[in-house]
Amino acid sequence: MTSIVAPSDRGAVGDERDRSSTFGAELRAGRMVWWREMLHFLRDPARTAVSLFQPLIFLFILGVGLSRLYAQAGADPGAGADYLVFLFPGVLVMAAQVPAVSVGASIVWDRQSGFLREMLVAPVRRSTLLIGKCLGGATVATCTGTVVLLCCGLVGVPYRFGLSLLLLAELGLASLVMTALGALVAVTIRRIQTFNIVLGVLMTPLLFLSGAVFPVAAMPTWMVPVALVNPLTYTIDAMRRTIAHYTEDGVALADPVAWGTWHPPVLLELGLAVGFSVVLLALAARRFARID
Amino acid sequence: MFRIRRFGGRTPAPAGPLPETPDGHAVPAIRAVGVRKNYPGVEAVRGLDLTVAQGEMFGFLGPNGCGKTTTIAMMCTLARPTAGRIEIAGHDTCTAPGRVRRRLGLVFQETTLDLELTAEENLRFHADLYALPRATLAGRIEEMLSLAGLTDRRDRPVRTFSGGMRRRLEIARGLLHRPSVLFLDEPTLGLDPQARADIWEHLREVRRREDTTLFLTTHYLDEAEQCDRIAIIDHGRIVTQGSPEELKSVVGADLVELRTGDDAAAARDLRDRFGLDPAVGAGGVAVRAPDGARLVPRLCAGLDVPVYAVTVTRPTLDDVFLHHTGHRIREEPTPASATLTELAGDRS
Repeated sequence: MTSIVAPSDRGAVGDERDRSSTFGAELRAGRMVWWREMLHFLRDPARTAVSLFQPLIFLFILGVGLSRLYAQAGADPGAGADYLVFLFPGVLVMAAQVPAVSVGASIVWDRQSGFLREMLVAPVRRSTLLIGKCLGGATVATCTGTVVLLCCGLVGVPYRFGLSLLLLAELGLASLVMTALGALVAVTIRRIQTFNIVLGVLMTPLLFLSGAVFPVAAMPTWMVPVALVNPLTYTIDAMRRTIAHYTEDGVALADPVAWGTWHPPVLLELGLAVGFSVVLLALAARRFARID
Repeated sequence: MFRIRRFGGRTPAPAGPLPETPDGHAVPAIRAVGVRKNYPGVEAVRGLDLTVAQGEMFGFLGPNGCGKTTTIAMMCTLARPTAGRIEIAGHDTCTAPGRVRRRLGLVFQETTLDLELTAEENLRFHADLYALPRATLAGRIEEMLSLAGLTDRRDRPVRTFSGGMRRRLEIARGLLHRPSVLFLDEPTLGLDPQARADIWEHLREVRRREDTTLFLTTHYLDEAEQCDRIAIIDHGRIVTQGSPEELKSVVGADLVELRTGDDAAAARDLRDRFGLDPAVGAGGVAVRAPDGARLVPRLCAGLDVPVYAVTVTRPTLDDVFLHHTGHRIREEPTPASATLTELAGDRS
């Protein structure tokens, strides 16, 4: 009798597992995709070191040069040092930009190398794969940015536990926005050459029009609307205001971003960045889930 | 709705031919009915019917660009059929892709391993994607590493592996979640002859140890020869299917070639005494006969001229292919052929 019951039982159990193949399984798969990004990051420290070159050059060569120019032009001899503090959040984002965007490149690369298919034929939602990948990229980008964050004392941003923690969280958010943007471009454009060009064209203006190098308040009127729809504007502004909160005389040049005459509070700015990430991720996931 | 569909899948369909399910309730591993796939401007697959029984080793033989890869892509839920229906172990690829994916393993033409990760990490990644039970996972990974003969290299990054080792690891990974069907798309493409032979030895070992249906595409005739059954596909249609022996017996006659003291006289005798239709060429006399091996002693006794050498050639699958399609299969792959990667997403 058991032999008669057993096969149907087994079938039932198997189907039960099918039906419950929901949240736990998706979570496990997503976590693995995330962990794969981390493994790649941990096994290739040289890449991280090279990707830090550009932001550090930006901060310590271009930044120092510009701060001297600024000091000569301004009356206040201390203003030069202030410019470095002003520039610091932008450099943080810049350090995270390369690894964040390379998630998109790695999606294109996975497609090219074939590994993407190993994931696509698995019984997992494609959105899970994409989100795992983006969170992995954002984590890697945040870790890379942390190296720059550790240099903050050199430009006059104080070492405070609370400040570092807040900046880290804001950096993570900025990384997520950029990762999601990279992913969206990657699932839309499948040729790796075109992808690199599109991203290169997209990323530099995104940074320059975010108030990273010069304040939004100093932009000509035609530029301001572009800056105001740029999610990086809000993350950088939030970081700057966080730093200002922890320093005695605030940050020079750092007039907060204004909508008309109203300054949106930091929490709203961060909320906007979260919203941007969610929308970008949703668009990318929808596009990614399409089957021929 | 779900129950009805499953019940329908379990009952042998009255229409389709199901000779491989003698016990009457076994679900075929693969069942395709009237499958078509059109891409803009191209009819890649034009009405394909196919049933593969559980445990079979089924070969899908055809030249490049004949629709093999497109068919596999549809069976693996990577592409949707324009018309028709495909069931894997009783589950429809369009309405229950999740169930289908859980029941199939895939080995693609080109490697889909993560070369930066180790052999074991690649297997663990797969296990997490398929949500395999953790309790038995370590044992299963051990088992698969030993099947692939890679136990002592488990912690090495895959980029240090040879082509044959990568392919074995990939096959082991495809089997990790105990699929009902393992699809292998040109499993020996790009390997040297020694590695090809190893892979086939490996596949036979897989069949001994794992209870899995193997469905493989190939354009190597000698590989198709080793399958239980093969289907020959050309221009998006199955032109014939059956065991290699059956297919060859349809073509019928063996080729008997003789070298004799006087070819012209031998040819005359063959025509007059044996009722055959010989052809005389530079290499001797050639004649088609249904059972060549049995003919040889009678020939030697019945010809008046001395016979120096006789060779009997059984019909090859290439003859079968020629018989059904009117052209020969190309032995070498063309670089222009589509791969699953391209179908999965416009590889360029």
